[in-house]
Amino acid sequence: MEFWPELQKDFYQSFVEGGRWLLYIKGLGTTLLVTLLALILGIALGIIIAVIRAAHDQQALRKVNPVLKILNALCKVYTTVIRGTPMMVQLLIMYFVIFSNTRNQIGVAVLAFGINSGAYASEIIRGGIMSVDPGQMEAGRSLGFGYAGTMRLIIIPQAIKMILPALGNELITLLKETSIVTVIGLRDLTKAAMLIQGKTYQAFMPLIAIALIYLALVMILSWLLGSLERRLRASER
Amino acid sequence: MNDKTLISVSDLKKYYNGGSIKALDGISEEIRKGEVVVVIGPSGSGKSTFLRCLNLLEVPTGGHILFNGADITDEKTDINLHRRKMGMVFQHFNLFPHMTILRNMTAAPIKILKRRREEADAQAMALLKRVGLEDRANAYPSQLSGGQKQRIAIVRALCMSPEVMLFDEPTSALDPEMVGEVLEVMKQLANEGMTMIVVTHEMGFAREVGSRVIFMDEGRVVEENTPSAVFDRPQSGRLKSFLAKVL
Ligand SMILES: Nc1ncnc2c1ncn2[C@@H]1O[C@H](COP(=O)(O)OP(=O)(O)OP(=O)(O)O)[C@@H](O)[C@H]1O
Ligand SMILES: [Mg+2]
Repeated sequence: MEFWPELQKDFYQSFVEGGRWLLYIKGLGTTLLVTLLALILGIALGIIIAVIRAAHDQQALRKVNPVLKILNALCKVYTTVIRGTPMMVQLLIMYFVIFSNTRNQIGVAVLAFGINSGAYASEIIRGGIMSVDPGQMEAGRSLGFGYAGTMRLIIIPQAIKMILPALGNELITLLKETSIVTVIGLRDLTKAAMLIQGKTYQAFMPLIAIALIYLALVMILSWLLGSLERRLRASER
Repeated sequence: MNDKTLISVSDLKKYYNGGSIKALDGISEEIRKGEVVVVIGPSGSGKSTFLRCLNLLEVPTGGHILFNGADITDEKTDINLHRRKMGMVFQHFNLFPHMTILRNMTAAPIKILKRRREEADAQAMALLKRVGLEDRANAYPSQLSGGQKQRIAIVRALCMSPEVMLFDEPTSALDPEMVGEVLEVMKQLANEGMTMIVVTHEMGFAREVGSRVIFMDEGRVVEENTPSAVFDRPQSGRLKSFLAKVL
């Protein structure tokens, strides 16, 4: 059995030869960049949609606003379509149909993933907003804050705190899901492993390596979220 | 309406479920500056609804509310401008749990009145001192007792320098031993000439501090008079039986 020398050769080919480890690092950078930008876009979209939908549902007291009605309908269509179609299909449509003229793969990936996680985040955030005691909105309004001001200063900070675990899960899902950007040719972490596999005909080392990297990232994220949650909670005791 | 009138309510109506529930069924009242009006009545008689209509937390089904001569029920009125001048204290305090006591008190003055932070802090600290809670300025609401929370809720509203204070059963959610400290603050406020409308079951407070008592039942004002007249010489049968139950 030539097991040990074989393994060493695999390792050398997969990571060292031709400076291949750099490909993993670059791929990791791309994966993190797409995840981070998509997260920001997703949360921004999620907050906007959640507030529109909550404002629409809470307006029974006030006069019915036709603009709000239309916006609410648009938001509903958006979440239905995004949650009702596969992420991969959305990415392909975004790249090959809507933005078929651009080669800016990172931009397209960020847009596709941001729009996708916005739909999921909006439902989470809306749940958070609805779970805040209605007395908080009344207290804010009675002090003279407008609807938007009360939302921004009083309701949303409390909602975010409550939904942090759910948003954290969304972030972790997003990070893992970005691996499908390979279908539009973006060189993320997964693509790096596939490229190296294509050159060395060794599948084991590169694929196990990126699996471990993803796993480590997820564990670090979980830990960060956990300590953030504990800190937020501590501020109220 | 003379120049001492602060709030003038005419034929105020609030219906729920398309009119099957008449929470308010035609209320007309004048609230004069410096008055302490105590609203009493059985559960479901519309006391909270009346109070909450005054600052439009509930939108009335009909009638008008003039505040300082401006019709706040008019859709064109910017209600946010008027709400600043109407402080409200809730049964369940409704402090903002994610802010310190000081921030609870200064958020509105800083954001709405554009006060400088130091100025708002100084005003808040002075008010905290008055209610004996200056050492809790940097605590969070969850670290306070119910009585302390309610005293904070009162001074939070006072930070906006309101012209009238609305109280909806401010002591009903408190343990009995904490009721006194809150009533004491309210009494002080009344003595300083604050206009107050107070929904309460504290008949002792109504008699001692109230300048007028309004008895409501089934969405209407059934009887109103000075405290001594209401408590010692009730006229209507409904008030008599209500007092027999609560006194
Ligand atoms: N949002 C609502 N929807 C339907 N009915 C309501 C609503 N709010 C209040 N009501 C009804 O209106 C009536 C008056 O209620 P309100 O809360 O003003 O009474 P209250 O005098 O404050 O009573 P309590 O002493 O129990 O606080 C009650 O019959 C109540 O059930
Ligand atoms: Mg009530």
